[in-house]
Amino acid sequence: MKNYIIVLIIALLSTAVSAEKISKLRDGEILENIKPQRIPMVINNDKKLQRNYPMQPPIIPHKIRGYQINKNVNKCMSCHSRTRVSESQATMISVTHYMNRDGNFLAEISPRRYFCNQCHVTQQDTKAPVKNTFVDMHTLISNSAKEE
Amino acid sequence: MSLSRRDFMKATAAASAASAAGIVLPASASNLITAKDQTALKWDKAPCRFCGTGCSINVATKDGKVVATHGDMKSPVNKGLNCVKGYFLSKIMYGKDRLTKPLLRMKDGKYDKNGDFTPISWDMAFDIMADKAKQTLKEKGPKGLGMFGSGQWTVMEGYAAVKLMKAGFRSNNIDPNARHCMASAVGGFMRTFGIDEPMGCYDDFEHADAFVLWGSNMAEMHPILWTRITDRRLSSPHVKVNVLSTYTHRSFDLADSGMIFTPQTDLAILNFIANYIISNGHVNKDFVNKHTNFRMGDTDIGYGLRDEHELQKKAKNPNSGKSKPISFDEYAKFVSTYTAESVSELSGVPVKQLIDLAKTYADPKTKVMSLWTMGFNQHTRGVWANNLVYNIHLLTGKISTPGNSPFSLTGQPSACGTAREVGTFSHRLPADMVVKNKEHRDYAEKIWKLPEGTIPAKPGYHAVVQNRKLKDGELNFYWVQCNNNMQAGPNVNEEAMPGYRNPKNFIVVSDPYPTVSAQAADLILPTAMWVEKEGAYGNAERRTQTWYQQVEAPGEARSDMWQVVEFSKRFNIEEVWPAELLDAMPEHKGKTMYQVLFENGNVNKYGLDEVPEDRLNHEAREFGFYIQKGLFEEYAAFGRDHGHDLAPYDRYHKERGLRWPVVDGKETQWRFKEGSDPYAKPGSDYDFYGKKDGKAVIFALPYEPPAESPDEEFDMWLCTGRVIEHWHTGSMTQRVPELFKSMPDALVYMHPDDAKARNMRRGDEVKISSRRGEIITRVETRGRNKTPKGLVFVPFFDASRLVNKLTLDATDPLSKQTDFKKCAVKIEKV
Repeated sequence: MKNYIIVLIIALLSTAVSAEKISKLRDGEILENIKPQRIPMVINNDKKLQRNYPMQPPIIPHKIRGYQINKNVNKCMSCHSRTRVSESQATMISVTHYMNRDGNFLAEISPRRYFCNQCHVTQQDTKAPVKNTFVDMHTLISNSAKEE
Repeated sequence: MSLSRRDFMKATAAASAASAAGIVLPASASNLITAKDQTALKWDKAPCRFCGTGCSINVATKDGKVVATHGDMKSPVNKGLNCVKGYFLSKIMYGKDRLTKPLLRMKDGKYDKNGDFTPISWDMAFDIMADKAKQTLKEKGPKGLGMFGSGQWTVMEGYAAVKLMKAGFRSNNIDPNARHCMASAVGGFMRTFGIDEPMGCYDDFEHADAFVLWGSNMAEMHPILWTRITDRRLSSPHVKVNVLSTYTHRSFDLADSGMIFTPQTDLAILNFIANYIISNGHVNKDFVNKHTNFRMGDTDIGYGLRDEHELQKKAKNPNSGKSKPISFDEYAKFVSTYTAESVSELSGVPVKQLIDLAKTYADPKTKVMSLWTMGFNQHTRGVWANNLVYNIHLLTGKISTPGNSPFSLTGQPSACGTAREVGTFSHRLPADMVVKNKEHRDYAEKIWKLPEGTIPAKPGYHAVVQNRKLKDGELNFYWVQCNNNMQAGPNVNEEAMPGYRNPKNFIVVSDPYPTVSAQAADLILPTAMWVEKEGAYGNAERRTQTWYQQVEAPGEARSDMWQVVEFSKRFNIEEVWPAELLDAMPEHKGKTMYQVLFENGNVNKYGLDEVPEDRLNHEAREFGFYIQKGLFEEYAAFGRDHGHDLAPYDRYHKERGLRWPVVDGKETQWRFKEGSDPYAKPGSDYDFYGKKDGKAVIFALPYEPPAESPDEEFDMWLCTGRVIEHWHTGSMTQRVPELFKSMPDALVYMHPDDAKARNMRRGDEVKISSRRGEIITRVETRGRNKTPKGLVFVPFFDASRLVNKLTLDATDPLSKQTDFKKCAVKIEKV
């Protein structure tokens, strides 16, 4: 019993966190200047990543440096448009991208979806400092299937 | 470990073979689950947690968790779209370091300003808060108490906080972080129109022939509204897009005319356009004669710095918003000095581009939408900049009709709904009323059933002054909710940090996550966020939207509203009000502050039977009444029949929002125009009813230089701002790995020639310093922002690189909003 209490006290004490340790996004005192990491490389392995849910815009698995997307050119569409994927073997843009505001399909990509980088981003080769405990719906239903 | 498609097929063949052979496998062994009781998701709606656009989101929950989100097809705002942040909303609540218990700095079992954060119960948290507040009340009176809230508070949270501070504690020292965001826009509206918030709406996007962005990078900061401009521009080739900024950014990708101007010279460009309109005979005389007045404003008004600051002492009319009436001819003479040539020289924008821009406004056949955000608002002459853009719309009569729209965008999801409409500012009350006005105070006291004289008449400390007063030891009990001002506020080194850590002060920070502000606090309260509570937000086009609670908050996290209301139970009204006041309404004697403010027959009017049974909302069940509805309805009483009419609360749960004023069940798209605004008097055509004579004001206001400009030592302009991936200080989005990895660090964006001249290359570690502090980061010379020589840009989302150690707390003297866009820095290789 005595040991148990000591363990409990230690456990309680250890839950106190010093101010410089409390923020996981910042390693140190507020007024301290933290040494910045090197600018990480953009991941460029062309590997598709699993989406967190079907509607998540897919991550761009390659570099896009120098890609022009402006009112005259859209470099992304030179591989990802419907008419180019057979040649490029890139993923075709989603069918939703042909829909206008009213949900009607157009002959080409809807201008409202024109700037790809509003939803699609690359990933840099670095570690996120804080883990995310989001649970995939697939995990939830598989778990409940197992329980049955 | 990568499998080819062929290997992958072989590996999965066994499962298929078993099922083909008719062997019944348990559900878990099948490669697909299809039973509807297992695959069905529960869908509901909520406005997005991030910017002021107010996209509606469909939220899917399963087993008590948010599992998916996407843009709501039914919402007229976003019609099924989200930006990258919005698409990752599902993950913002699930950062591993969510706060789940109150944490108090303690040493040896007792509160200690320099102690370690130790978990305590809510009871203990409220005990120490009440102790500290009561001690402050005794020593300093109500002016020793302060609160710093947010344009991300729900309507109900902001409203409960205003009541707690202004009526309960009788202190006007409550201000929102929206002060940093759109106080200048409010100032502009009140000065020109006498009533806050845009006259137009998002439908203008589909009607305009030209767009002009004045200091707004909508492509990154209002991405969904940018999709509407892109849609309009690319599907209707006659449409033109003009972008003005102090550096090149993503919005320039769509620009027909992109203009880089020297910081602060936007004031001169605006006056040049007015001059061009007048001197080329394009004034809409009929409109101007019937619907406008001209006034000359006081000049040389200072920079909102501490009174003893040199620049303040030098100003002739510090903080003066006074003006005197002038004639059209006097106004014309005033702007006549702003010629294309002189303004081109001052601003650096070529004469031809200036004239083309002026023609856009001058041509009566071109419908123009002007849009602005922080470029105008975070400006030591922010109110003026807002006044000046209205000038050019008023001179041409291009206002309040589809596509003719000066449109002030807002940054936060409820900067309009909560900060402005509820009036969580140190000088405001709900529905555009102000504490200075006796009639307004009387009106509020009547609705709140409080004795006359409860609300103090003097405006309280605004955001920047709060930090100064903390530092000076005059504000001693301070509660920060729903914002991260230690990262977002200006001049952290000289004002904010010394203020929070001043031993005389007790600082409480409510947040879902341990932010930089939480780190600087004495007590941290774990807070429920977004769909973990019921709430309402109001967006930039006056659209009010509500949502139901959809999941439980983790651990003991509670909503800001619950925290405020629960805290009020800790005070007897005798402890906070003087006897004379209580004598005026003796029925309140012996009550708690909670009973006076929230069990007043209004807030507790709606029973739990009105809370849908299948809904969460245990906070309402704990209070014993439908508190969210009660707060909303009591608040709505301020604006009904006063041009700010809201619909009954329940209706918002069924709609994708409604734009106020909602009169006879119908929302209003264009205000001040007869036929579309029910408040415009019959026969008026246009009625700017915020002003007594129904006329808007055209102001003569000059260009004046910024508070700090580069010099020999600090030789570069510093502009701060945001990026598309992160919301403000990144406390939510930096915890989503996909968003973090897309934009992990705040780099300094600089011109390659500036880098070369300092012997720097992309990726080099550099020290940026100003007169106030320094930070270390790395150089980016080819990123998305292309700065001109002499100017650098650093975003403020990064908790490990606090750019606000560098910024100057110079504010617009009228709006008290900080200029985060201009100060002088130097950059050295480390």
